[in-house]
Amino acid sequence: MQYETVIGLETHAELLTETKLFCGCLNRFGAPPNTLVCPVCLGLPGVLPVMNKKGFEMALKATLALHCRVNQFTTFDRKNYYYPDLPKNYQISQNYLNLGVDGYLEIKYDGQEKRIRVHNVHLEEEAGKLIHTEEPGADYSLVDFNRAGVPLLEIVTYPDMRSLEEAEAYMNTLRNVLLYTEVSDCKMQEGSLRFEASISLRPTGQEKLGNRVEIKNLNSMKAVLKALEYETGRQRESLEGGGVVAMETRLWDELRERTERMRTKEEAHDYRYFPEPDLAPVVIKDQWLEELSATLPELPLARRNRFVTELGLSDYDAGVLAEDKAVADYFERCVSHYESPKVVCNWVTNDVLRELKERRLEIKDFPVGPEMLVELIKLVETGAVSMPVARGVFVEMVDTKKKAPQLVQERGLLQISDSAELEGIIQAILTENPNALTDYKKGKKTAFTFLVGQIMRKTKGKANPQMVNELLKQKLEAS
Amino acid sequence: MAILDKKTIEHVALLARLELSEEEKELFASQLGNILNYIEKLKELDTSRVEPMAYATATKNVFREDTPGPSLKLEEALKNAPDKLQDFFKVLKVIE
Repeated sequence: MQYETVIGLETHAELLTETKLFCGCLNRFGAPPNTLVCPVCLGLPGVLPVMNKKGFEMALKATLALHCRVNQFTTFDRKNYYYPDLPKNYQISQNYLNLGVDGYLEIKYDGQEKRIRVHNVHLEEEAGKLIHTEEPGADYSLVDFNRAGVPLLEIVTYPDMRSLEEAEAYMNTLRNVLLYTEVSDCKMQEGSLRFEASISLRPTGQEKLGNRVEIKNLNSMKAVLKALEYETGRQRESLEGGGVVAMETRLWDELRERTERMRTKEEAHDYRYFPEPDLAPVVIKDQWLEELSATLPELPLARRNRFVTELGLSDYDAGVLAEDKAVADYFERCVSHYESPKVVCNWVTNDVLRELKERRLEIKDFPVGPEMLVELIKLVETGAVSMPVARGVFVEMVDTKKKAPQLVQERGLLQISDSAELEGIIQAILTENPNALTDYKKGKKTAFTFLVGQIMRKTKGKANPQMVNELLKQKLEAS
Repeated sequence: MAILDKKTIEHVALLARLELSEEEKELFASQLGNILNYIEKLKELDTSRVEPMAYATATKNVFREDTPGPSLKLEEALKNAPDKLQDFFKVLKVIE
């Protein structure tokens, strides 16, 4: 039997505020343990939370970017459970009047656009971090509360994804939207972006959903995909053997690359939500929504499509550029100074991205700004330097922060476009390589390429390639 | 009539992390039952056209600016901890 995979995703994203959601402690990753804590986030008796306006607005911004209907009267609730990383024994979250409901995220996979519906978006506080000691036989865990109270956005989809590829496209697109709207840094290695997946299988064509399994402990997008792949196989095997998939929560075991049933007590899931009496409701007037909407940037998919329709880039190139807002901004600044987007695109997607990756730089710290890159591109266009030389000059620009014209002059890299000079060089090469000439006469085409290579080597790449081709051909035909 | 059975009492006690003796379970079942019965009286009111109350007063939109305030010193933060180790709060091992 054929089965269809049905996937839903829950995402937690820490918001990029300066301070925590309900107190003035800094929202920072990597500080010494338990130094960013105060009576509020430690849940000491008698303290009261006060909502961080910036954090609330960031959550609202993401809600708008995900096309949600905003609950213009939104409230907070207590989610009650005991766990050592939760100092108050309840988490301030939202359950009844979530910030946003019924939105969607548009994804593009395999050239097809699809809307993944968002069930709700809500704002809550982070828990602390538990540290499990490596010490054998230890009967304790340690807690660092620096993270407790950091603003956390939760985004829950409907089970709308039908393949691993769609799940991957959703995760990437959502990450880009959160980065574009500048509400989260989305650093999975620091835990500021986390996913939980739910997956079920049903016979193809059947309407009714199969029993769903939730997967936790997914520390990277790769882990999400691996776990989903494993679960698909496990559930299919079970169904094909006539079994039933148990509705349960499973943990991804990164080392063994498999999911395992989570041992929990049934009672643990009774969260007894009730309205948070310490936080006043928030009324969001139309004007506030309009102001925030106006601050939303063009979103990644729209930008990608515009790069294709308006700038004539391929969908693939447009996707690479639009993926990172800073890179796309850089590209657009180049294009505003130079009329051929395709040429700029080649430079950015090949040379700029390669140097960024190799040097582990962010584009904001990249020494070659858009204006400097365009200056170099123009040197190629006017024929002042050849393309291979320009590529080398670019790397030197990154190394030295010097401008292209200065480097070209310092190193004597101006392209040789003087026919008399080139003819002299060609003659010299032919004299040095009589065998190549003979080979060429015998019809061996590679001899031509070999000779061009020798000429380029002799001129250190400075010879004008088109002219070399033409002049060499003439010379060979004539001799 | 809300009648609380033993199972419900045990469930509520577990959620509240309370250890109850058999006598206490019986006692609380009847006492909590009475309280619930009393509250049940409210159900006689027709609230179908009343919005659920979200907050006790008419206060709304209380915010603070995103500016740092003081945090506790590590020693202060750990001062009241029942148990600690180095710079951490120490708790019973958590097994999932």
